[in-house]
Amino acid sequence: MRFVDEYRDQAKATALAARIAELCQPGQHYKLMEVCGGHTHTIYKHGLEHYLPKTIELVHGPGCPVCVIPMGRVDDAISIAQQPGATLTCFGDMLRVPGGKGSFLDAKAAGADVRVVYSPMDALKVAMDEPDRKVVFVAIGFETTAPSTALTLLRARDKHVTNFAVFCNHVTIIPPLKAILDAPDVDIDGFIGPGHVSAIIGCRPYETVARDYGKPLVVSGFEPLDVLQSVYMIMRQLAEGRCEVENQYSRVVPWEANPKAVAAIEATMELRPHFEWRGLGSIPWSALRLKAAFAAFDAEELYEVPGVRVADPRACQCGQVLRGQLKPWECRVFGKACTPEKPIGTCMVSSEGACAAFYNFGRLTRLAIATAGRS
Amino acid sequence: MTIKQRRARDELAAPEVVTMSHGSGGKATHTLVESVFVEAFSNPVLAPLNDGAVFRVGDRELAFTTDSFVVSPIFFPGGCLGDLAVNGTVNDLAACGAQPLAMSAGFIMEEGFPLAHLRRVVDAMAAAARQAGVAIVTGDTKVVERGKGDGCYVNTSGIGLVDSRATGLSAGSAVAGDRVLVSGPIGDHGTAVLLARGELGITADLTSDTAPLNGLVAVMIDAAGAGVHVLRDATRGGVATVLNEVAAASQVGVVLEEKALPVRSEVAGVCELLGIDPLYVACEGRMVAVVAAECADAVLASMRAHPLGAQSAVIGNIESEPQGLVLENTGFGGSRVVDMLVGDPLPRIC
Repeated sequence: MRFVDEYRDQAKATALAARIAELCQPGQHYKLMEVCGGHTHTIYKHGLEHYLPKTIELVHGPGCPVCVIPMGRVDDAISIAQQPGATLTCFGDMLRVPGGKGSFLDAKAAGADVRVVYSPMDALKVAMDEPDRKVVFVAIGFETTAPSTALTLLRARDKHVTNFAVFCNHVTIIPPLKAILDAPDVDIDGFIGPGHVSAIIGCRPYETVARDYGKPLVVSGFEPLDVLQSVYMIMRQLAEGRCEVENQYSRVVPWEANPKAVAAIEATMELRPHFEWRGLGSIPWSALRLKAAFAAFDAEELYEVPGVRVADPRACQCGQVLRGQLKPWECRVFGKACTPEKPIGTCMVSSEGACAAFYNFGRLTRLAIATAGRS
Repeated sequence: MTIKQRRARDELAAPEVVTMSHGSGGKATHTLVESVFVEAFSNPVLAPLNDGAVFRVGDRELAFTTDSFVVSPIFFPGGCLGDLAVNGTVNDLAACGAQPLAMSAGFIMEEGFPLAHLRRVVDAMAAAARQAGVAIVTGDTKVVERGKGDGCYVNTSGIGLVDSRATGLSAGSAVAGDRVLVSGPIGDHGTAVLLARGELGITADLTSDTAPLNGLVAVMIDAAGAGVHVLRDATRGGVATVLNEVAAASQVGVVLEEKALPVRSEVAGVCELLGIDPLYVACEGRMVAVVAAECADAVLASMRAHPLGAQSAVIGNIESEPQGLVLENTGFGGSRVVDMLVGDPLPRIC
């Protein structure tokens, strides 16, 4: 397939792998974090670690929008869905996210009207087609998806739609990155930076990672060769003693922000003082809420929600996985109590979640290692 | 709260009910079948859990199968509820190595369903039955109130005569060294139905692959006889699910080559856009076969000579390890696990 096969070329990967290996200093171990869940998915789906020397370890970061949603917010959305006349709309990968009292899928089976949409505009269309329903869109995602929610809100206002609301769970990427870098026990050598978030915010916001924390960051595309080239670019910076923000994904990501997208976000949303991140705890000024001018579309204003903070199950170690401190298989419930069909933690839900990606695609590597260890 | 306590509390708070996942053909369906149906109906004919039941009558083996169809929309490019319902049952029998003898058809119709639509569905059934060389010899109709159904659902059952050269066919019959074949491009049906729903705003020149495969299976058995070890109709859950069933039932490893998988570029493109893997997308006219290595060339040649198998391909091998798993050597040069599907990206595809 054109524009896909080019980025999955085995010969180019082999050549790149040789150059990466040359950049490894003997006796040194490198820990690189791919921030974005999309990268985690690519790494496991294509078996990318096959091309990396044993001394380069990829750790998975917090950039999976589903994984960072705390249980309390799921419960809040379910309580909205259970109100008379309400139709809850969401992206498909939210369906199985466990809340304190079950998932959207459970709520749907119990009678709530929960529908999967592919974009917030589709949710608005449901509202316009079915004026008797009160349609609430569960908005999730980083700056990547916030503009489409923002444009939908603007459209809803312009069309005077009165039965549409947004339950806003949009988050921003820089605060959790800083939270990870500020934690005392994190030893990451460099970052594979998010791709699609950066198509909106540009590369400039990451400068703090290089300047203030001394870590190289390379904004990366999502095809396997993109990720491999980004690893090469980080390793080259480390070898040359440089520490910069570089852009591997220049075919999509500009250096500066996308002004139209940012304007749409700013017209409709503002930072909220506190937002609880699954596993990372409360991070100030890290998430978006609707502006007062859009209160008529704000599910948090329109519905009574429990708004209760629900503690993660004690055995769940999603937080450490999201901070890159634990590999999925090191979590004490991974693959045993926690599996994709009965997830305990969010990392096991979305295909971009580190645990689900590893469980679905990557177990082979660990199996091989375990088998080799036994023999 | 411990996880055990939480689970207990969750189960008290939300008694278990059927969810859409139970219809996906993946893990949840298996759990449901094992824990509800197999437990209640337990008997030796049911036990192998193949596409149909095979039992002996006198000196011949008969295959018996049933299937219900709830596809939405009812009409889609390349087919409709009617031909799908006939082909689905014919193919389940074919996967048992059987030629169909007779079929039944049951209709559950919703008040208000246009008779013109019903006629189109029934005409398509008649045409599909003619193509497969089988007669629909008995049937049933029921009507439910408006709002209690979704237009029309169809159930078909079929009975067939098992080819005496293919009596060992079972998901549990794969052995290390065998080759894995598929009779054509994968994922056409699921993708065509998905696009026909018109929710995605994507258009592509794609039609369902729905077709009766009893003729194709006959030439495969002519070519290799008992060398054909497993036949599975790759419907819900796609090729990946079928091969996971083979890996589990035969206690073998299945190793696929991504580069060898036949996938139309339109299907690959739609799946790429939606983040779906074509390996999990339903086919309605594709047979997955596991055959002895020494017969693989002959079987492949016979399939390619048949109009419904022109694009057949060898897609992988059966190995002794790792037992119960399907692996794929990726086109990029790595390898990965191809697990059973959890949840359903495309509900009500058949």
